[in-house]
Formats: sequence, structure tokens, C-alpha cells
Amino acid sequence: MEFLTIIQVLDSTIRLATPLLLACLAGLYSERSGIFDIGLEGKMLMAAFFSAAAAAMTGSVWLGLLAGIVASMVLSGLHGLASITFRGNQLISGVAINFLASGMTVLIAQDWFQQGGRTPSLMGGARFTPITFPFADAVRDVPIFGPIYSELLSGHSILVYVAFLAVPATWFVLFRTRFGLRLRAVGENPAAVDTAGVSVVGLRFAAVAICGVLCGIAGAYLATALQAGFVKEMTAGRGFIALAALIFAKWRPWQAMGACLLFGLLQAVALRFQNIDLGGIVIPVQAMDALPYILTVVILAGFVGKAIPPRAGGSPYVKER
Amino acid sequence: MDRMPKWADVVLIPLISLILAAILSALVIIGIGEDPVAAVKMMVSGALGSTYGWGYTLYYATNFIFTGLAVAIAFHARMFNIGGEGQAMLGGLGVAVACLYVPWPHWSIAILGASVAAMVFGAAWAAVPAYLQARRGSHIVITTIMFNFIAAALLNYMLVNVMRPEGSMDPATRSFPEAVHLPTLHDLLAPIGITFSKAAPANVSLVIAVLACVVVWALMWRTRLGYEIRAYGHSETGAIYAGISPFRITMIAMLISGALAGLMAINNVMGEAERLVLNSTEGAGFIGIAVALMGRSHPFGVFLAAILFGFLYQGGAELALWTNIPRELIVVIQALVILFTGALDNMVRMPLERIFMAMGNKRRNIGETNPLPDAEHSTKTE
Repeated sequence: MEFLTIIQVLDSTIRLATPLLLACLAGLYSERSGIFDIGLEGKMLMAAFFSAAAAAMTGSVWLGLLAGIVASMVLSGLHGLASITFRGNQLISGVAINFLASGMTVLIAQDWFQQGGRTPSLMGGARFTPITFPFADAVRDVPIFGPIYSELLSGHSILVYVAFLAVPATWFVLFRTRFGLRLRAVGENPAAVDTAGVSVVGLRFAAVAICGVLCGIAGAYLATALQAGFVKEMTAGRGFIALAALIFAKWRPWQAMGACLLFGLLQAVALRFQNIDLGGIVIPVQAMDALPYILTVVILAGFVGKAIPPRAGGSPYVKER
Repeated sequence: MDRMPKWADVVLIPLISLILAAILSALVIIGIGEDPVAAVKMMVSGALGSTYGWGYTLYYATNFIFTGLAVAIAFHARMFNIGGEGQAMLGGLGVAVACLYVPWPHWSIAILGASVAAMVFGAAWAAVPAYLQARRGSHIVITTIMFNFIAAALLNYMLVNVMRPEGSMDPATRSFPEAVHLPTLHDLLAPIGITFSKAAPANVSLVIAVLACVVVWALMWRTRLGYEIRAYGHSETGAIYAGISPFRITMIAMLISGALAGLMAINNVMGEAERLVLNSTEGAGFIGIAVALMGRSHPFGVFLAAILFGFLYQGGAELALWTNIPRELIVVIQALVILFTGALDNMVRMPLERIFMAMGNKRRNIGETNPLPDAEHSTKTE
């Protein structure tokens, strides 16, 4: 394989890994605080639509991003209301949110734009444009380093860099701040946190809100940077791949980045090569599609290290009376 | 500890949840500039106004009875089988294999063979997540979600690379032979003098779905195994103390659940399409969640909820045909039903419990001659 081909595949790996990474980190905050979230997909989809709609109407991608984040946070609030305030089943709430987003986006899109459930194509300032690093053009012809710098690292939209910077930021927040310690504690043993006089409900709502912001950015990235506008069901299961990556990474930020890059690479390869011929044995493209899910099941099964979720995950906290 | 009479739990709470979902749906319809009253009228006339409409309503309902029962059985064992969609896809594969590669003499024998194939394939797809839950503690919700995606990829592969007839571009199997075509309600009702629409897809599978409701009811409330499943769902520690094996119950409950979801394929694949196509399940596996929640996991409730969703599906299709309301409205209604009957259950339940407790106290205070037995009980716990 040519060097430039490898660079191009890795370049699209980064693009495709970005929404996964943002959603995966979103899930990380939520699940570390003890709130399971299988509604990542729905929140991304809702954010994708509202960011594209706002960007199409105002012509400003930043207003689009804001609208996406707000839309995603509304769904986060709903999830929090159901699973924290009313102590409902978090998984069922997540399922409901996914369907709500899937239906509402098409319904509203049809009402606003009459284009069969999509937004108009975004142009100019309504999209995130690539950022070119300094001297990217100058060093393009330098062997090895040139293409890596100018093709692979430079030339992505700002949200890609935001996503990758969010990894160390998340690590720092979770493992080096008081808030992070409490957030992790509330996912393991909420009673202890409560005894220490810290609000379990407050912490969990904070985590769910952060989850909403990150899912909002992920959705906005899909509709305004990766593609130019919203189309029906455009998340295409990315929320679940992010969930898979989260388990694959055993709920840790750096490993989450690794998992998302791996799954992004699988998508990039499947996109570029379709069926892969390995000297006689043809790997069908469907096998590449299924691989993230199969890997996650293998990890969950505990054959390759055990994935242990936060202990209080999924169970509502009832204060003793 | 019963704070409410049973009828309130079984009828009142689902009803209030349904009304809340209906109100919000009406607001959504108003929000997109349509008239909800006219929409409901159109849905009723489209889905229930003719035998054609009924034929579609019952066809969808048949799907939802199977997937609803599948989710309900898993709920009884306190498991959330979100993989009904994948299990139903595999059931479709089983039906296709049975119908295409076995020379059946008559549909009545073919449907038995196809049912067995559908149940075996569906159960097999549920078996791996069940085993991983029972032996390795892998969360069944996550594994069944993953298995839905793996099933979609597998089906895609089978249809594109293996089962597609040569020269065809369409990712689907060839049509099933004439001998395995199932009689529709038109064929079944004509001999007894009832004229039923010929074009509607409702077929003999509906009878099997109703039978499945009865069998599931008998299994859950009239057999030892059903008792064990429900006991395990109520209290795992209690069940273990009573000598019930968690591994056995987890496996059996999930296998039955997967088999029921797979069995749906005799309706949509064998009864309607008469060949296996991509996305033949059309999300019915997920609607099973809403149906089981609304039906309170009871076969009779599942039956009623399935009819309701069948009505919504057919009515929604009519709306999409004649108005500007897209079919996705049904997805929104489905989401609201899941939200209110499932996740926000306590929002309805808590105030109701308070009302009933207040009523119980009042009755005692004024010294009613015939106090309710549970009112007496609650005096002790106070």
C-alpha cells in the first residue's frame, strides 16, 4: 500500500473517530456518575438536526453549534428527570430518547424545510471549515513528515481538535479535581457521597449535563463539519459504537480515545476498500461493519480482561429515611 | 405494603400514561400545523374503517404480539431484552431457509416447520447474550444491542453474498414456492361467509400469535417454570434461597424470549413478503418494548397494546399518504409511550399512591364499618 494511501485512510480515521470520541466521552461522564446512557445516539441525532437547521437559517455555524448543544441538553434533562428525579429505569429512558429523536427530527425537518426530512445543504459560513496549520503548505513536500503534518494533522475543522483536547481535559477533571473524585465516587457508592454531605442528585445532574454538551458537539460535528446538512438517521448507529468504545475502554478517557480511533479506522477502511482480499480470503465489508460490536461482546464476556462498569451504574439512589 | 388497589396499578396507571402520551402527541401535531382531531379521525377511518384497514392493523399487531411477548417474558425474569429486532431478523433467516430448501407439500405443514426454524434461529441469537449474562455477568442490554447490529450485518451478508438469486441486483432471496404461501384472513373467512379484504396482509399467523398469548399466560401463571421465572424476577436472592438456579432461569427465559421474537418471521416473511428482504422487521422488535411496557408484561395486556400499536401503524401510514404528517409521527408516539409507561412511571405512580393513601386514611378516620383489608394492613406498618 502506498504511503499516501495510508495517510489518507488515517486522515479519514480521524474525521470518523471524532464524533465517536465526543459521544464516548459524553457517555464516560454520565456512566461514571452511575447513570447508564444508551440515548447517546438520540442526543447526537437531535443535535445534528438542530445545529444544521439553525446554521441553515442564520448562516452562522456557531449559532448552529449552540442550538445543537441546547437540543442535546434538553434530552439530557429529560433523561435526568426520568432516571434521577423519578428514579425510573435508565435503560428504558434511553430507548425512549432514541426514538423521540429519531421521530422528532424528521417531523420537524419536514415541517420547517419540506425536503423529505432533511435540511438544505449548508454552505459557506454555515459550515465548519478546515483549519490549516502554519507552514502546512510549506512543508508539504518534505518526505514522511510533510504529508503527516499537512495532510494528517492539519486541515481538520476546529471540533476535531476540540474532541481530541477533550481527552486530556476529561482525564484531568475526573482524576485530578475534587469534582471528578466525587463524580466517580457517586457512580461507585452514592451512599458514601451522600453521607459526606455532597448532593448525589446535583452531581448526577452535572454529569448528565456535561454528557449533553459533548453529545451536542458530536451531533453538530456530524451535520456541519463531516457532512453539509442533516439527513434522516444520519447518526447511523454511531451512538452505539461510542457506547461499545466506552466499554472497550473500560470507562477510561485515554483508552476511550484508542478505542474510538480503532473503530474509526475500521469505518475508514470499510469505506475505502469495501471487500478486502487477503490473498484468497475475502473479508466482506459486512464483517468490518460488525467488528466493533463483536469486539465489544468479546470484551464484555471478559475473555480479554474484564470490563467492570461503575458499581452503582443503572440503579437510582434512594436516600434512607 | 400495597398502597394502591390492584385495578389502579393494572388499569389506571397505564391509562393515565397513555393519556399523557396522547396529549403530548396532539401537541406535536398542532406544533407542525395540523389538526389533531382530523388526524385521529383519519387514522380511525384508515385503520378501522374497512376490512382492508383492519387487515393491515391486524397484520402489524401480529408482529407486535410476538415481539411484545418476547420482551414481556424477559421482563418477568427482570431482564431487558432489547435484542428482539436482531432475534426477529434471524427468525426471518430461519423461515427463509426452511421455506426455500425444504419441499413442503402444503402450507399447514410448512408453517409448523417454518415456526420451528424461526424459533430455533431466534433462540440461538438470544442464547449467546443469555449465556454471557448468566455465566460471565455481561450486561444483557449491551450485548443484545450489539447482537442487533451483528444480526443486521449477518443478514446483509447472507442476502447480498449468499442467498440472492443470480442476476438479481435486489438484496433479497427469491420468492418462496407457491405451496408455502399462507392463507390470508380473506381465504380463512370466505368459507364461513365473511368477506374480508383480499389485498390486506393479515394471515393465519394471527391465530398463532393469539395462541402464543394463551401459551405464555399458561406458562407464566400455571406452571412451575413460570413461577420460578417470576420468583427470580422478583428477588434473585429469594429465588436462590428457594433452590432456583439463576443460570437455568436466565437461559430459559431468554431462549423463550428469543424464540418468540424469532417466531414473528412467520408473519412478516412467510405471510406477507413471501421472501426475505433487507430490513424485513421494520423496527417491530423495538416496538415490542413499548407493547410490553404498556401491557404490563401480561399476555392479555400485550395483546391489547399490540392491537393499539397496529392501529397506530396503519393509521400513521394513512396519515403519511393523505396529509403532510410524516410516518415518523408514530415513532414519536412510540417514544412517548415508552417514556411515560416505562421511564417516567414513578411520575404518575407517586402522586396516585399519595391520593390513594390519603383516601385510605380518611376512610379509617371517619370510622367506616367495612375497612379495606389493605387499609388495616397499612395501620400496622405505620
